[in-house]
Amino acid sequence: MPYLDHAATTPMLAEVIDAVAASMRASSTGAVGNPSSVHTSGRQARRIIEESRERLAAALGARPSEVIFTSGGTEADNLAVKGIYLARRAADPARRKLLVSAVEHHAVLDSADWLVTHENAELVLLPVDPDGVVQPETLAAAIAEDPAAVALVSVMWANNEVGSIQPIHELAEIAHGYGIAFHTDAVQAVGTLGVSFADSGVDAMTVTAHKIGGPYGAGALLLGRGVDCVPVLHGGGQERDVRSGTLDTPGAVGFSLAAELAVSRRDELAARLAGLRDQLIAGVREIVPDVVLNGHPVHRLPGNAHLSFPGCEGDSLLMLLDARGIECSTGSACSAGVAQPSHVLLAMGADPRRARGALRLSLGHTSTEQDVRTLIEAIGPVVERARRAGAAANLVTTAGRGV
Amino acid sequence: MKVLAAMSGGVDSAVAAARAVAAGWDVTGVHLALSRQPATLRTGSRGCCSLEDSHDARRTADILGIPFYVWDFAERFQSDVIDNFVSEYEAGRTPNPCLRCNEQIKFSALLDRALALGFDAVATGHHARLTDGRLYRSVDAAKDQSYVLAVLTPEQLAHAVFPLGDSTKDQVRAEAAELGLAVASKPDSHDICFIADGDTQGFLARRLGERPGRIVDTDGAVLGEHAGTHHFTVGQRKGLNLTTPSATGQPRYVLSLQPKSNTVVVGSAADLEVSEVRCDRPVWIADPPVAPFDCQVQLRAHGMVSDARVHPSGGDLRAELRQSQRGVAAGQALVMYDGDRVLGSATIVSAGQPARPAVSTG
Repeated sequence: MPYLDHAATTPMLAEVIDAVAASMRASSTGAVGNPSSVHTSGRQARRIIEESRERLAAALGARPSEVIFTSGGTEADNLAVKGIYLARRAADPARRKLLVSAVEHHAVLDSADWLVTHENAELVLLPVDPDGVVQPETLAAAIAEDPAAVALVSVMWANNEVGSIQPIHELAEIAHGYGIAFHTDAVQAVGTLGVSFADSGVDAMTVTAHKIGGPYGAGALLLGRGVDCVPVLHGGGQERDVRSGTLDTPGAVGFSLAAELAVSRRDELAARLAGLRDQLIAGVREIVPDVVLNGHPVHRLPGNAHLSFPGCEGDSLLMLLDARGIECSTGSACSAGVAQPSHVLLAMGADPRRARGALRLSLGHTSTEQDVRTLIEAIGPVVERARRAGAAANLVTTAGRGV
Repeated sequence: MKVLAAMSGGVDSAVAAARAVAAGWDVTGVHLALSRQPATLRTGSRGCCSLEDSHDARRTADILGIPFYVWDFAERFQSDVIDNFVSEYEAGRTPNPCLRCNEQIKFSALLDRALALGFDAVATGHHARLTDGRLYRSVDAAKDQSYVLAVLTPEQLAHAVFPLGDSTKDQVRAEAAELGLAVASKPDSHDICFIADGDTQGFLARRLGERPGRIVDTDGAVLGEHAGTHHFTVGQRKGLNLTTPSATGQPRYVLSLQPKSNTVVVGSAADLEVSEVRCDRPVWIADPPVAPFDCQVQLRAHGMVSDARVHPSGGDLRAELRQSQRGVAAGQALVMYDGDRVLGSATIVSAGQPARPAVSTG
């Protein structure tokens, strides 16, 4: 049963499940309590949290004090975009601009929109090139319009849909040249790309556990020590007074272990996935010659193959593959489960036909050559059938008569 | 048999899907997203395609253990149903959007796609019976939906499944409760699904704006002004705002809408009575007749049934009603029945008295 949707979530690692379960069990015996409590079991919990923080920081090239545990990537993105923007603007009211790439995850885009609606922010969407990449000149030009008015730049490390990798070091450097804060959502990058918070030069970085074999509901914002951030969640002030809420000890244990394992296995996994991905793309292209590879042809996530099948509807392809036990995504889910045309593909200048016929096939640590072969065997008849359905949908109806 | 169950999130389509599963068919559930900006929650019996409806359909599919997908038909629905609804009103006719949705969306866009994807049929929760390609009224007369299905061709019906036709609504609800489906007690939906607040006049006014014109009597005497023929339907009494009383003191009704001259013609209740109906665009489920024949005709979605003699002639037909009817509106369907069996349908063009020329609404 090929699972080709690792970019949505990847199976939890067995070691992580054991560690999370052990941590939960420890709370049932009374040995581990609330990490904010001052008594023995509280101190024990706090110790586990701090050890997890140190391990996560080490895995991601950050200092322990830079780790703000959150409930996941969405919360970390919200905190970074809203919190850093508001703090910057409070320090300097002239800074009311927000520069965000047009291909960001909705956690970033919608947070930015919220700031526009509720905080009178001015949002500038940074255009991308046809490969989905924000060119450094683009950012430089956008800042140069009025450098003193920019509060924050947010550009993701690697795109969750089409897999394109952004030139984060260069972009961050440009922002810093003007003293502007820079955030990156690195949710898709950790595990297959070399991600170091310190080396990247960014001020804030979003990471999450369930994309690297860790538990759901555990994430972090890596926030530079000198970077001011207004809280989004108010309460006990647990995480540097920036994020409140009782800390999830088993989640932190699972996340840090998953990060350690992912980083230690990264080079090997990245090489293996890149090989499988290239096989997949070549195999599909042999059967469907007019297939289009979306995203950067080279600088892309090793596990990401984002393909457009002209004349097909993505959700027809998805259903037909699902019926054959092959799980993938159209790359743009929303809460209603309706596939809307992808804002990422549209920002890349894809025509609606290419946007409608897109499928994201993402590989991960459990992927095998057999998965790729199974997909390649299925894709011919699936595309043929989806094309017929696509043609049926595009027929001009003559008063709807006839089937 | 591979069946695509169209699941609105309501109790009828839920039980229809359940029965398709129970019949041993290979069933896949699909919820049609028909609105670009769906509301988050449903309010009462109005509206459709809210995220809550999608959720309800999904939970039913979970319980039935069938795959479930949401398919976006918003664009087709907008052009083929909503835009058509507005342009029909603009042309002085009174459309039936549910009928149009069956004709253009469920048994055209959806069915075409289903067949192309390898399904054999589309199942819906309509209350109607379908046996050997023949369409009949539901056993539940109050819930019967054969009227809004009568526009389907034999080819479309050959790939349709209506699992509920032998049951009453109460039985359907009881079955849903037995199956543990949360939608068992969900309110029936009525009104027009894409006009969530139920204000059809306001909806049309927003689309068509104000188009002032004259209100005249059958002799052509001007009685008043109106803000657009789309505010009126044949048989309507309210909203005329006439200050001059009729000669007899009797209330006046809308007799016809004349979009070319932007005129609303009003008259007495007696003037409203029609016994001859002219139609075009006939669709035959039974063999197309060559000679006049007797049958029953239904002239709107609920009620207005009359014995009639139907005279087919080429692409048109004329029905002589044995019992005259009031408020027959152009744009509605005339559906012909032999008892419970649907023979076919046609679109009403005009209605009147055979003694005088029918009032054209074209």
